[in-house]
Amino acid sequence: MKNKSRVTEYNSISGFSNVVLNACFIVYSLACILPLALILSISLSDEASIINTGYRFIPESVSLKSYAFLLKDPNMIGRAYAVTIFIMVAGVVLNVIINSMYAYAISRKDFPFSSFFSIVILITLLFNGGIPMFYYVYVRILHLKDSLLALLLPGLGAGFYIFVMRTYFRQNVPVEIIESAKMDGAKETKIFFSLVLPLSLPILATVSLFSAIYYWNDFFNSLLFIEDRKLYNLQYTMQRAIMNMEFIRRQLSLLASSSASQISRSVSSQVPTETVRMAMVILGIGPIIILYPFLQKYFIKGLTVGSIKG
Amino acid sequence: MMQQLGQCFNENRKRRTFIKSLIEYKGLLLFVLPGFIVVLINNYLPMLGVIMAFKRVDNTLGILKSPFVGLDNFKFLFMTDAFRITRNTVLYNLVGIFIGLLLNLIIAITINELLNKFLARVYQTVIILPYFLSFVVIGYIVYAFLSPVHGFVNFSILPLLGMDKISWYTEPIYWIFILPLVNFWVYCGMESVIYLAAITGIDETLYESAVIDGANKRQQIVHITLPMLTPVMIVLTLLGLGKIFRGNFGLFYQVPLSNAALFPVTDVIDTYVYRSLVTMPDFGMVTAASVYQSVVGCIMLIAANMLVKRISPQDAIF
Repeated sequence: MKNKSRVTEYNSISGFSNVVLNACFIVYSLACILPLALILSISLSDEASIINTGYRFIPESVSLKSYAFLLKDPNMIGRAYAVTIFIMVAGVVLNVIINSMYAYAISRKDFPFSSFFSIVILITLLFNGGIPMFYYVYVRILHLKDSLLALLLPGLGAGFYIFVMRTYFRQNVPVEIIESAKMDGAKETKIFFSLVLPLSLPILATVSLFSAIYYWNDFFNSLLFIEDRKLYNLQYTMQRAIMNMEFIRRQLSLLASSSASQISRSVSSQVPTETVRMAMVILGIGPIIILYPFLQKYFIKGLTVGSIKG
Repeated sequence: MMQQLGQCFNENRKRRTFIKSLIEYKGLLLFVLPGFIVVLINNYLPMLGVIMAFKRVDNTLGILKSPFVGLDNFKFLFMTDAFRITRNTVLYNLVGIFIGLLLNLIIAITINELLNKFLARVYQTVIILPYFLSFVVIGYIVYAFLSPVHGFVNFSILPLLGMDKISWYTEPIYWIFILPLVNFWVYCGMESVIYLAAITGIDETLYESAVIDGANKRQQIVHITLPMLTPVMIVLTLLGLGKIFRGNFGLFYQVPLSNAALFPVTDVIDTYVYRSLVTMPDFGMVTAASVYQSVVGCIMLIAANMLVKRISPQDAIF
């Protein structure tokens, strides 16, 4: 034991290279954090100072006006938050239930249709009809345009999660437990919910987290299916605000007009559009940025299992 | 005669066992049902739509009654944009795969060597942060740096260097470098984690005996770490090559803010298909580009998997 530690000690890099490597990683880490700091700084700036000095890491004069503006009217961002959170929660719950049930069934070696239903999923990983046909099915056949279902359904039943879960069930749920429960006359639902799932909490956490991020960060489905302003989620509201400069101005001047009872160009030009957009980004990044450091082992598990056995 | 009877009997028995197992496993069949329905809607119904690529879709007639036009839609695609979007998709993917591999390896190997393990964990946590941001947010970040009006680069960096302002969103040349850079910024932290996991799995005694034989750090990396990582490297690279016809929509659409001036270097198959879908009235034309991508992509994936199978069978996807 002592011998081993001496070898590891001897085998370490020199103090000098350690300092150099640490310096490199500090630079890399800053490169990951500072861009977000820039966004935060803009959101906290005074609109007028941005016009003078441009976007800066340290605001010339600090102002919370942008956040006050966003939070004043629940229609501004509250609604988008509600859409995003509703879809995320519903999506995660349905994804975990649907995928784990499917994965469990095909993980059972005695299930005679296991290979058929595995191939059904495998084909979806290899070949897809593509976006136009997907769009056609959703809009022309199912008439899901401008519905919450159009934001929810596309993220469900992902083959990647199903295969990761199948592998996990096969490796971590002993066949004997299932067989003895069957001998005792337990129904499949009972076996699954009271025996298999409690043994599989880590993989359920992994799939929940990945699908939570998918739903929180998704703007593509809104781009395809959502026109109704009331159904904009957070990402799509932000997306509109950067793609279409007029969008946010109109949005804000509507607010201004509803509170000041008259529309005037001067009002809308006073609206802090630059800083409000960035405040929206800060609020839209989401809880994940605070939570992920504590949950990273689940992400890493999903990646290391999934990247190889995807 | 007897043979025929026997066959008939066999068929009957097969059918009976089929029905029997349907009944016996009805619980598990109910388990797959919701997922099966979802996959039917999301994946299999759209696959039938491939037929549209061979038609001139007339919305008043519907898909089935629209006239067949053979390969006209594909001919049109290959005469116009196919080369540009294929080149962009494939080249950016190649850069992502090979330079990405190099960066991932460097990050994983060096972070593993750091003396202070606590600091190493802090760095690792921080460098995976970009992975959790949406491409809308990343688009804003790039815009905060490059905006021609208020951007940090134009306002604070270029004047320091005595350079003129650059109109970033109308000059294609810069995006050949910006897009891969953003791509690495987003994914390298997370991808290097896979290699790091593989490195920590290497048997410690290999290094111990190498030290006893007088191998230095560089020799250990070249003769132990890299060879031990080779299977992971091969598998991930081949899987990447299998997806070489798929472009990352968020990266190529949202980061350049879909600026038409940049299309020569930012348009990939996925962004092209989306834009055509929004602007072109003819579903047949749009579908052709998408079918082209799916078919070639599928062939690449199967080929990549066959190669993986030959090199390390246990890592094949199917």
